[in-house]
Amino acid sequence: MQPVRIAENIYWVGGIDWDLRNFHGYLTQRGSTYNAYLVIDEKIALLDTVKHYLFDEMIERISSIVDPSKIDYIVSNHVEMDHSGSLPMLKKIAPKAGIITSPNGQKGLERHFKEGWDYRAVKSGEVLALGKRNLHFVLTPMVHWPDNMVSYMPEEKILFSNDAFGQHIATSERFDHEYHLEIIIEEAKKYYANIVLPYSEQVKKALAAASELDIATIAPSHGIIWQKNIADIIANYRTWSNNGTQKKALIVYDTMWKSTEKIAHAIQSAFELGGYNTRMLNLQHNHISDIMTEVIDAEFICVGSPTLNNNMMPNVAAFLTYLKGLAPKGRKALAFGSYGWGGQSIGQIDEVLKSCGFEVLDGIKVNYVPGSDELKNITEKIGEML
Amino acid sequence: MKKYVCSVCGYIYDPQAGDPDNGVKPGTAFKDLPADWVCPVCGVEKDSFEPQED
Repeated sequence: MQPVRIAENIYWVGGIDWDLRNFHGYLTQRGSTYNAYLVIDEKIALLDTVKHYLFDEMIERISSIVDPSKIDYIVSNHVEMDHSGSLPMLKKIAPKAGIITSPNGQKGLERHFKEGWDYRAVKSGEVLALGKRNLHFVLTPMVHWPDNMVSYMPEEKILFSNDAFGQHIATSERFDHEYHLEIIIEEAKKYYANIVLPYSEQVKKALAAASELDIATIAPSHGIIWQKNIADIIANYRTWSNNGTQKKALIVYDTMWKSTEKIAHAIQSAFELGGYNTRMLNLQHNHISDIMTEVIDAEFICVGSPTLNNNMMPNVAAFLTYLKGLAPKGRKALAFGSYGWGGQSIGQIDEVLKSCGFEVLDGIKVNYVPGSDELKNITEKIGEML
Repeated sequence: MKKYVCSVCGYIYDPQAGDPDNGVKPGTAFKDLPADWVCPVCGVEKDSFEPQED
């Protein structure tokens, strides 16, 4: 349980959640970390905390550097309980510590904890002097809650970015030069797709503000700290926030007796012939949070379901609800499915895809089992539309 | 026409631009927005908006 030095008298003192596999419905196959940072100066500040069950781990790390009761300020960049969950326990140990947060942060923390703590609500541009070093606060509302803010230390060129640029990865390595870059970027992409995507307009504003800062270290609240590859992650955030897509088509579906699956394969053939990369994503075997990672750079999203009890299959409804909420922009889409009699599922999917603002091609609907000629026609018909 | 700011997330409703993604034509004053219109960013209702200070 050792702290990790980031710069002189600045340490990572967070917690590593090796066992985490599900973060409110987002599969975290690699676990995660909750990153808290300790700054020792004339004043002592702790930036963010950890989930409540890793409190002892954080305190052990802090205690190896300084007596935690001496903490003067706790900066709460984000209310969500993976970063603020240890506040009540910490305030018992460090009762004199004032809590620095955004105005919405104060409202949110008061609603969570109902404690008469000593808050200082800061606005963008306000500065907290710690001695030789200062923390500058920038409010980043809706990246990804109304309370979000980031803290910047110009003397060390560190941006404490909270959830922005984070990734759910549990590792003992703390810096990007120590770990596999492709895996860090993949997890940052999954994080963006599942958490940040709806707020891409706000991300663009935050990136514009960040471009005016001299940054040598990005210290996020989850996963690996960026130093060597800052340009890479910024470039990726720029692409993702601009809804940049590739020639890639997803075929996302559920199936009962394999008829909808046959249509799915006929659709895939059309995209293959059209030079697209394709992904076959059966919802019985693929989790919606993993599918979102594929959605982020896909030009086409085809969604299929047979009709069950006059409706689409529940797995498909769950995916569409999740997709609509995460709100990717500028995509093309298509509904398809097999049916026995009513055939309502295809129209229902079509309606949701339109409500997402996608350009929706004519749906494909086949009674019971598609024959080989029908499948050939589907491939040809879609091929003509590409 | 006056702009309105969402007190929760900071989104600014600009009557000149409207909110075409949600069926609000450019030139629609804040007071003429439909009662069920919500902030396109964070989803709160109209009563969470305040006039933008000059």
